Amino acid sequence: MTEILLFAIPAFFIILGALIVVFAKNPVHNAMGLVLTLTSLAIVYITLNATFVAMVQMLVYAGAVMTLFLFVIMMIGVDKPDQSKESIKGQSLLISGTLIILVAIVLFVILENGLNWALFFPESENIIDGTPSLIAGVMFTSWVLPFEIISILLIVATTAALALAYEFKKSDSND
Amino acid sequence: MSIDILVSLIKPLLVLGIVLTNTIILIWLERKVVAGMQSRVGPDRAGPFGILQTLADAIKLLLKEQILPLRADKAMYLLAPIIALVPSFLIFMIIPLGPGFDLTIGGETRFINLVGADINVGVLFFLAISSLAVYSVVLAGWSSGSKYPLLGGVRASAQMISYEAAMGLSLVPVILYSGSMSMSKIVESQSGNLSSSIPVIDSIVRFIPNWNVFPQFLAFGIFFVASIAEVNRAPFDLVEAEQELVGGFHTEYSGFRFAMFFLAEYINMFNMCAITATFFLGGWLGPTFSGIFPPLLSAMMPTIWLGLKTVGLLFVYFWIRATLPRLRYDQLMELGWKRLIPISLIWLLVSAIVLGIRDFGLPWS
Repeated sequence: MTEILLFAIPAFFIILGALIVVFAKNPVHNAMGLVLTLTSLAIVYITLNATFVAMVQMLVYAGAVMTLFLFVIMMIGVDKPDQSKESIKGQSLLISGTLIILVAIVLFVILENGLNWALFFPESENIIDGTPSLIAGVMFTSWVLPFEIISILLIVATTAALALAYEFKKSDSND
Repeated sequence: MSIDILVSLIKPLLVLGIVLTNTIILIWLERKVVAGMQSRVGPDRAGPFGILQTLADAIKLLLKEQILPLRADKAMYLLAPIIALVPSFLIFMIIPLGPGFDLTIGGETRFINLVGADINVGVLFFLAISSLAVYSVVLAGWSSGSKYPLLGGVRASAQMISYEAAMGLSLVPVILYSGSMSMSKIVESQSGNLSSSIPVIDSIVRFIPNWNVFPQFLAFGIFFVASIAEVNRAPFDLVEAEQELVGGFHTEYSGFRFAMFFLAEYINMFNMCAITATFFLGGWLGPTFSGIFPPLLSAMMPTIWLGLKTVGLLFVYFWIRATLPRLRYDQLMELGWKRLIPISLIWLLVSAIVLGIRDFGLPWS
């Protein structure tokens, strides 16, 4: 019972937040809806014993990324309702088609299993606590190469962003 | 089982009580301290030494009319003060207030630890929740539908993102040094006195407590500056600079909604000082004088030590506010990005190398 409650309450807010993202007219409301979804997702991670992932989710996505989103929305002044127009031709049709297929797959799986709760809450034999030391142990031994490659990728991305945004002065003597 | 639920219910209520009482005293203390530094008297009418002044102010704000601006975005306008308060209460939940004790009810003995929630990633929890606090300021500024609050909100988001990076980076060496992200483990790792393998140094440092502030003095400095910026206190209070932005993000708020922002600011300040004390000044560690003091007082000494350290740090906050002028906006950004972040990165590297040599020996030996 407690498990179902602990799942159902965040799940409700995840879906509510997602609906706000899709249907709210004001971009600031959309952004806050996404914050609600991301924060509720962190609670689900905690119930799965992944406290480290949950905290990183809150810190990086709900905290830093969404603050930047909000900052940009406020700075470039698109915070007015009704700016919705299709930038890609037929994008709403394409997206609704994909959504219908996804929902159909989920419904098919649920109906096949006859609303079996064990499907949603599988009994785990060995519960692993997602402690930072455990994650670090795996990340810096077995997966050290992908980890380093990602860090190089991020540095390249940062440098590229800097190069694009920075106005190089051609020559100072002309003016 | 039922005792566990009872304890989990009592803890948040206790936290609520402690936090609200603290705030009442804190606001009075700030007004008294700043008044003293400016050769004024400060509040002295309500109650002894004017200590009931804050209560009177709170009742006044409760009874005032709450104005909803015509151009305000209603949902976000009402949501912002709530978002301001929730994180400040949540952060207090992870501060260890004492070593914990055994409680026997009905023949069943249970260990009660004096912390709201002792999670194994407490440091990250603190950073995550304090990053959520930005939203209240940004949303309040944006939803008011007015220029000054919007400027305050934009300033706030830029400032808090910049200083959070420095704050997080300055905590990494502390985590490395203590070997844990759990708040109570960080406190426990600071017990005892400093020691050194060199006898001459050892005889001097033997009497200094093993607090993180001594080996991690640079991290402490960066964290302290960043924490002042994070709670938007002078000299980093550009978010609500009276002379430039009227009241900043809360210009359009009145009555109890304004009081909620005010409350959140002071709770955040208290939390920040308590957390600084926990990370760097040994938290609740200190002599308990067991045998000299009566047993009950002796058992309460850890909490009293934490309180004293926190009030000491708060006094420094007030002192800085009464002394330093406000920074210009570009100076603020320069200090954050060009000074604090590079220094904390270098300090992280130095601490990691020193700790590596201490634990694993020199690489060539």
